[in-house]
Amino acid sequence: MKAISRTASTTAPSAEEAGARSFARTTRLLMAPAVIFLLIWMLVPLAMTIYYSFQQYNLIMPMYNGFAGLTNFTILLSDPTFWKSLANTLIIVAASLVITVCLGLALALLFNRTFVGRGVARTLAVAPFFVMPVVTGLIWKNMLFHPVYGLFAWVARQLGLEPIDWLAHYPMLSVIIMITWEWTPFALLVLLTGLQSLPEDQIEAAKLDGASAWQEFRHIVIPHLGQVLYVVVMLESIFFLTSFAEIYTTTGGGPGTATTNLPYYIFQTVFQQNDIGIASAAAIGAVILANIFAIMLIRFIAGNLNAGAAR
Amino acid sequence: MNSNRFTNGALGVLAWGVALLIFFPILWLLLTSFKTEQQAFTVVPNFFFSPTLESFKMALAQGSGYWHYAWNSALTAVASTVIGLALAVPAAYAMAFYPNKRTDFLLVWMVSTKFIPAVGVLIPIYLVYSAVGLLDNALGLTLLFTAMNLPIIVWMVYSYFRDIPKDIVEAADIDGASIMQTLFKVVLPLALPGLASTGLLALILAWNESFWSITMTDHSAATLAVYIASFKSAEGLFWAKMSAASVLAIAPIIVLGWFTQRQMVRGLTFGAVK
Repeated sequence: MKAISRTASTTAPSAEEAGARSFARTTRLLMAPAVIFLLIWMLVPLAMTIYYSFQQYNLIMPMYNGFAGLTNFTILLSDPTFWKSLANTLIIVAASLVITVCLGLALALLFNRTFVGRGVARTLAVAPFFVMPVVTGLIWKNMLFHPVYGLFAWVARQLGLEPIDWLAHYPMLSVIIMITWEWTPFALLVLLTGLQSLPEDQIEAAKLDGASAWQEFRHIVIPHLGQVLYVVVMLESIFFLTSFAEIYTTTGGGPGTATTNLPYYIFQTVFQQNDIGIASAAAIGAVILANIFAIMLIRFIAGNLNAGAAR
Repeated sequence: MNSNRFTNGALGVLAWGVALLIFFPILWLLLTSFKTEQQAFTVVPNFFFSPTLESFKMALAQGSGYWHYAWNSALTAVASTVIGLALAVPAAYAMAFYPNKRTDFLLVWMVSTKFIPAVGVLIPIYLVYSAVGLLDNALGLTLLFTAMNLPIIVWMVYSYFRDIPKDIVEAADIDGASIMQTLFKVVLPLALPGLASTGLLALILAWNESFWSITMTDHSAATLAVYIASFKSAEGLFWAKMSAASVLAIAPIIVLGWFTQRQMVRGLTFGAVK
């Protein structure tokens, strides 16, 4: 009897251990394909970009290729077009952020009220977010902004004003208008989702306490939306940093370099100047810029994850 | 009370006004697509005209190549979604139901790859693709779309799996089901609606993608985004045709998008907003 129980107690843990080990192996096998895929398609190329940024590497002049040290970076930093593209990138991000978040918040509050046909109106208002950016660029460039045949020119003439050649005279504003048109619906959509999760009883309590609409907005809505606003700002920043299609289809980065942002600058450096080294150095810049926002956002997502686990 | 009702009415009208204003460019595109080229390209816009399907016929005609691009768009979007789900489901399953101390880190790491800007990996991918013959290749583009959407798909599938009560899975484990049996017999059927909306979101994002399509394809694997972008230098010649092609390209996505608004928010904000 004693012997049996002893063998049982010695074999049981080892069987459990073996079971746990094969279990761990199975879960690792389940995760491996996704992890390996992302390693190959994202991290390995990122490492290669860093490597290329230290190489002299021009596709049409292969005889000069070789280790370049920091030359690519010094060339890049002395290139006014790079600085211009950096400034343009930041202008696009800042202006589009301010406009989309403010408009999105105002619209979310407006669409959170009950009125006739709210569902249909909301559906129409978020539609631009689902339009391909390439199509967005062409609609605005051809049918709205065009100085002769565009709708804006016609409206200006109706009002007795001189039609404006938007893309030639206000290229940056035009790009920002297009991006804003696409992304205000996103801000609206997310903020509206946030508003709808606002606890009803808090509002009721505030109303009973005689809070004005402004007090209600300032002390209940804004704190509740704080998280949502944070996420919208971070996500939009990351997406605005990489704006491309709207510029590619309309201004082509011009006139001159007026609307060349960092992605477009890199695109031109690779595909028009074939300079892999300098383009890679600029790409590192773009990654660092995106990381500033991404790190904050990822911290927030990770924090949320733990909060979810605690719940 | 009366003034309150008046304010409510006025705000309703304002909301409708804003909605129509925002929607107007799409409406204008739609109207233009039902015009002839002559009607589309005028100094005084035609608001009233007898609609014609001529531009749609032109856009879809044999020589236009529309079907070639539409096929590439559909193929790459569907294939990248299927591959993405096939990679994400096992990973999300392991993370949601059999977490260990590295799970949180892995999940956050996967999400963080979404925030690497495309230009940060463009150059090596372009060079390697051109070396191995994946440039202007539907498989090459599909795999890029997969990489682009995988973090979102993993996250969404994970969050849907987490909504499934743990005891159901534990009960299956105790009944002696293997990990894979539990996945296929218990978890997947329960998460099917979530998987469907995740797939829909991935389809939309892939269909609308333009950066990789423009940089990585030229003709044989070119998608609708590339085709429509090629109208950028057509000064007024093909506005009606361009509009018809654009309408065909965006209409299915707008309709799908309207049905998936909530999932879109959930996926793109990585669960921070529900």
